[in-house]
Amino acid sequence: MKLRNIPVTALIGLALTTFFVIAAVFAPWIAPYSMSETVGEMWASSSATHLMGTDNLGRDLFSRMLFGARTTMMIASLATVVAFTLGSVLGILAAVLGGWVDQLMSRGIDLLMSIPTLIFALVVLSVMPSTITVLILVMGILDSTRVYRLARAVAVDINVQDFVEAARLRGEGRAWIVFREVLPNALSPLVAELGLRFIFAVLFLSSLSFLGLGVQPPEADWGSMVRENRQGIVFGVPAALIPAAAIALLAISVNLVADWILRRTTDLKGGRGG
Amino acid sequence: MNTIVVKLIAQRLALGILLLLAVSVLIFAGTQILPGDVAQSILGQSATPEALANLRREMGLNDPAWQRYLSWLGGLLQGDLGTALSNGQDIADSLGGRVANTFFLAFWTAVVAVPLAILLGLVAVRYQNRWPDKVISGSTLTAISLPEFFIGYLLIYLFAVKLGWLPSVSTVYDGMPFIDRMRAIALPGATLTLIILAHMMRMTRAAILNVMQSAYIETAELKGLGGLKIIWRHAFPNSVAPVVNVVMLNLAFLVVGVVVVEVIFVYPGMGQYLIDHVAKRDVPVVQACGLIFAAVYIGLNIVADVVSILSNPRLRHPK
Repeated sequence: MKLRNIPVTALIGLALTTFFVIAAVFAPWIAPYSMSETVGEMWASSSATHLMGTDNLGRDLFSRMLFGARTTMMIASLATVVAFTLGSVLGILAAVLGGWVDQLMSRGIDLLMSIPTLIFALVVLSVMPSTITVLILVMGILDSTRVYRLARAVAVDINVQDFVEAARLRGEGRAWIVFREVLPNALSPLVAELGLRFIFAVLFLSSLSFLGLGVQPPEADWGSMVRENRQGIVFGVPAALIPAAAIALLAISVNLVADWILRRTTDLKGGRGG
Repeated sequence: MNTIVVKLIAQRLALGILLLLAVSVLIFAGTQILPGDVAQSILGQSATPEALANLRREMGLNDPAWQRYLSWLGGLLQGDLGTALSNGQDIADSLGGRVANTFFLAFWTAVVAVPLAILLGLVAVRYQNRWPDKVISGSTLTAISLPEFFIGYLLIYLFAVKLGWLPSVSTVYDGMPFIDRMRAIALPGATLTLIILAHMMRMTRAAILNVMQSAYIETAELKGLGGLKIIWRHAFPNSVAPVVNVVMLNLAFLVVGVVVVEVIFVYPGMGQYLIDHVAKRDVPVVQACGLIFAAVYIGLNIVADVVSILSNPRLRHPK
C-alpha cells in the first residue's frame, strides 16, 4: 500500500490520532506538572508556564489534559474490546447455531436495543458504583449489541458458503467453525466498524463523566474536566471548551480514518491484501 | 382502509406493548438483581446493621423480587409512579411540569430541525457530488463526532457571554410569557437541532438517492423536467416512508439528547430530574424516568413502522 494512495482527509485523521495516542502514552514524561498539584490561581489564562491556563482549582490544565487523554482513551479502548469480543463471538455463534438459540439471543438483543443506551446506563449506574471496571463493562456490554447485529448479519452469509460446509463435513467442531472458518472472513467489515465503536465509546464515556456519573475524582477524563470547568464559561473563561474540543477532535480524526477504511472495504470486495 | 392494514397496525401496536412490558421487567431487574444493595447505597458504607434492616423492611426489600415488580407495575398502570426516596415526594407530581418542559423543548426543536433537514437533504440530492452536496456531507461527518456539551458550551460562550444576546441559563417557570420562554429555549434548541440535523440530513439524502435510481425518475428526466421538480414531484412522494422513518428515529434520538442538553443549560426538564436522582441513587425515580424515556423511544419507533405500512402498499401483502 502506497502512502500517496491514502486520501488527504484520512492522512490528517491518521496524523491526529497518532498525536493523541502519543500524548496519552507518554503523558507522565511530557506533562510539566502532576495531575493534582495546585500551581497557580484558578482559571488563569494561558501563559508560557501554563500552556492552556489553569483549571477551577488552579491546576495546570495542559498536564491534566495529557493525563485525561490516558483515562479517556484507555477506558474507551477497553470498552470497545469488550464490545467486540462479546458481540462478534455471540453474533457468529448465533449465525452458526441458528434455530432457537439464534432466536433467543437475537430477541434478547432487540430488547436491550429498545432502551436508549444512555438511559439504560443511567439505570444501571444508579445502583452500581461508578468504578472504572463497572464503566468498562456497562459500556462494553451495551455497545456489544451493535457489534452483535453486524457480526450476525455478516456471519449468516458466510455460514452458507461451501468452505464452511466442507469444514462441517470434515467433522470440525463448533469452535473451529466459529474461530477458524467464519471469524477470519467476517473480520474485514468488523474492523471497519471498530473505529466507529471507539468513537461511540469516547463520546459515551465523556457524556457520562460530564453528567458526573462516569470517571470519579481524583481520576479525571476529558468529560469530567468539562464538568469541573463549566462554571467558568459564564464568566467568559473558556477552560471547559478545551477538553470538549479535544473530545471532538479525537472523534473527528478517528472518524476520518474509519470512513476511509469503510470505503476501502466496500470499494474493493475481497481486497484485504491491497 | 382495508382489514389487512388494520390488522397489521394492531399487530405492531400489540408488539409494542409487549416490548414495553419486557422493558419494564428489564429496568426493574437492572436495579434489583444486580449486585449492590439499594439500602446499602442510600445509607453508605458506615451504616449500622439495624438501620439497614429497618430501611430494607420499609422499602419492602425483603419481599421476593417478582412481588415487588408486580406491585410496582400495578402502581404504574394506575398512574402511581411511587415516591422518591430522597425527599419523599410523589414522583408523578414532581414529574408533571418537567415532562411538559421537556416536550416543549423537543417539540420546537423538531419544528425547526425536521423541515430544515429535509430541505438540505433535497438540496444535497439535487446537487449530488457537486460542492453543496460535498459541504453538506462533509459537515455531517464532523457534526456526528461533536459531543453535545461542546456545541452547547460553545453556543453559550459565543451568544450568551461574548455577544450577550441570549440567556446562558434556560430558566422557565409557570406562567412565563411565550416569547420569554422561546428566548430561554433558543440555545438548547439550537444545540439539539445541530446534533440531530446532520444525521437526519444524511439519512434523508440516502433515502431519496435510493428512489432516484428507479426507472420512472429516468422517464421524468427524459420528459425534460427540471432537477428540483423531479425530486419534489416524483422522488419525494415515494421516499416519504423512509424519510418519516428517518425523522422518527431522529426524534427518538432527540429524546435522549435532551438529557445531556438539559444539564448543560440547567433546563428544568425530565432529563435533569433523572440525572439528579441517579446521583442520589434514588431508584424509584430512576425507574420511573427510565421507563418514560424508553416508552417515548419505543412509541416513536412504532409510529415509524405504522407510517411505513400506511404509505407503502407493498407491505400490506406480506409474502
